[in-house]
Amino acid sequence: MTGQSGNGGPMKPTDLLTNAERAELIGSMTPSDAEGIPELHEVDVPPELQETIENAMGRYPQLRSASIPALWAVQRHYGWCTPDGIRQAAAVMGLTPAYLQSVASFYDLFRLEPTAKHRVLVCHNISCWMQGADDILAEFCEASGADHHEAEHDGANSPDGEIFVKGFECLGACDIAPMASIDQQYYGPLEPGDAAEIVERLRRGEDPAPDKDLRKRKLAGDNA
Amino acid sequence: MPETRVLFENLDEPGLATMDVYRRRGGYSAIETAFRSTDPDDLIFQIEESGLRGRGGAGFSMGKKGSFLPRGDMEKYLCCNADESEPGTFKDRELMFKNPHALIEGIAISALAVGATYAFIFIRGEYWEVADVLDAAVAEAYEAGYLGQNILGSGWRVELVVHRGAGAYICGEETALLDSLEGKRGNPRLKPPFPAIQGLYGGPTLINNVETLMNVPLIVSKGPEWFKGMGTEQSTGTKVVSVSGCVQRPGNYEIELGMPSREIIYDLAGGPAKGRKVKVWFPGGSSAPVLTGDDLDLPYSFEAMADAGSMLGSGAIIVGDDTVSVPELALRTARFYHHESCGKCTPCREGTNWTVKMLERVVRGEATPMDLDIISSVQENIIGNCLCVLGDAMAMPVGSMVKKFRSEFEEAIAEARDAAPGPIDVAGADEPPLVLGATG
Repeated sequence: MTGQSGNGGPMKPTDLLTNAERAELIGSMTPSDAEGIPELHEVDVPPELQETIENAMGRYPQLRSASIPALWAVQRHYGWCTPDGIRQAAAVMGLTPAYLQSVASFYDLFRLEPTAKHRVLVCHNISCWMQGADDILAEFCEASGADHHEAEHDGANSPDGEIFVKGFECLGACDIAPMASIDQQYYGPLEPGDAAEIVERLRRGEDPAPDKDLRKRKLAGDNA
Repeated sequence: MPETRVLFENLDEPGLATMDVYRRRGGYSAIETAFRSTDPDDLIFQIEESGLRGRGGAGFSMGKKGSFLPRGDMEKYLCCNADESEPGTFKDRELMFKNPHALIEGIAISALAVGATYAFIFIRGEYWEVADVLDAAVAEAYEAGYLGQNILGSGWRVELVVHRGAGAYICGEETALLDSLEGKRGNPRLKPPFPAIQGLYGGPTLINNVETLMNVPLIVSKGPEWFKGMGTEQSTGTKVVSVSGCVQRPGNYEIELGMPSREIIYDLAGGPAKGRKVKVWFPGGSSAPVLTGDDLDLPYSFEAMADAGSMLGSGAIIVGDDTVSVPELALRTARFYHHESCGKCTPCREGTNWTVKMLERVVRGEATPMDLDIISSVQENIIGNCLCVLGDAMAMPVGSMVKKFRSEFEEAIAEARDAAPGPIDVAGADEPPLVLGATG
């Protein structure tokens, strides 16, 4: 068969192909160098990472359900979902790296690029926006040096590699709007000026805002 | 009218998240009743009799949903939807963080009722700490024999896994949740088949919200009649309402359904700041068509909100006062759905994208009043045309804002245009037009 995948010749609508032509077409589209499932001995997976992933696999009736837990394990081990980490997880789970990569790229919390140590996710959804979230995000960028435009979209690292800032969709804490998730803990309501202090405290390795910790908050009806 | 605290009763009691304190105040007595003396069909009957409707957004009868699952020996599953990502909603977070054992008890009983051996709590990854609390509580419950093999000597088995998501609003949609739980990208599935028939791993699956499941032990202990004694005829029981936005005391309040909306917004949540008034509000999360200051006397119930052309949804009230610009609010709302659209269905993927672009033009002063008609028609062409309701969830509120606040949109267009510096610079305007299809 000529012309379907190569150069020159008329293209034929795929629904008019014979079975043999269709098989040849599909064969021609599968790159022979696509990475298959890596063998464990090829990837040098750290033992504790392997153990975490295998434990996760054991908790589900079907192994593939452990994809997201495995990616969490990779992210916690390396700080972000590194290509090597994804290959290691793929080898442990018996999946292709491309598959895990496709899963990782779907979810906002998985980072596929190097990401600074401390993570500040500033909610800029409706309730937080009404309470001034845009200014809070701008202040975090100014205090850390992270690029504001990038922070509003994919997130941005501070130049010193300490702080990652990202405007985030509703984090489920509109009761403390405007708020931020800082290293996976919720803080709010944040006020103008808080960001600079929080960034300083993070750089010193301290609790970013102990008196604004959501965990200390009582039922709203009892605060009245 | 004050709060009616049932799920919230003494919720801030120190140590409630531990087995000891939960049991000391009568926790896990319903599971004893259920596993020792009640048969599964009777459990379903009690839940149906109570009138308990889903607290996650759709408001479907839990008992009915449970009765849809086939009987028989096939592997069945239960998923607790704790993905809580609807803007304005934060009730499940507080319930799970402070009283995780009540959820575990509700899950175990519900699993028995429908014959599920595997149960999952799908919790959004952002709630990392809440998931830690759940993990600790689940471990305690296994230890005490309320989960695992042969629960309380009944011969019945329920395994419970806390599954952390990784940041995707769409995973709160039940079929996307199932795909995500199966380790895939969270794309919704075509329905039917509904999850009750063919859900997780192809098996019958019951999916319910956190708050719904937490009501189950109470119904088993106190009876359906007690539950029906609260609320209205069609909206029984209590509801945890998340109030946020322009109010002085934002937070979660537990009320009897049917309470006047004004009392929730003003008496409980303190209303807008002094001198301000309610201009626009979402009665059930950002997916609900908006209501106005004229609608404040509506009773807060599933049926009254539906009659008013909106919905009770997840019970999240977002209040905007007279300082809030509705076109900006529409843009903020649309941006969220644009970001969260999974991209599978064209009307949603493209519709959310173009709605954002058009609203940006409105706000920047590059629109004409005719664009408002186009915005409205885009919304109409999304609704009902996708696999799931994410697109509808943008189209309904944005469409309602354009309809109810049209004059404000028109004024915003005129004002922004007057304020815009000089003629609008259209990229490529001086180049010859590109003719599509001309190959030369």
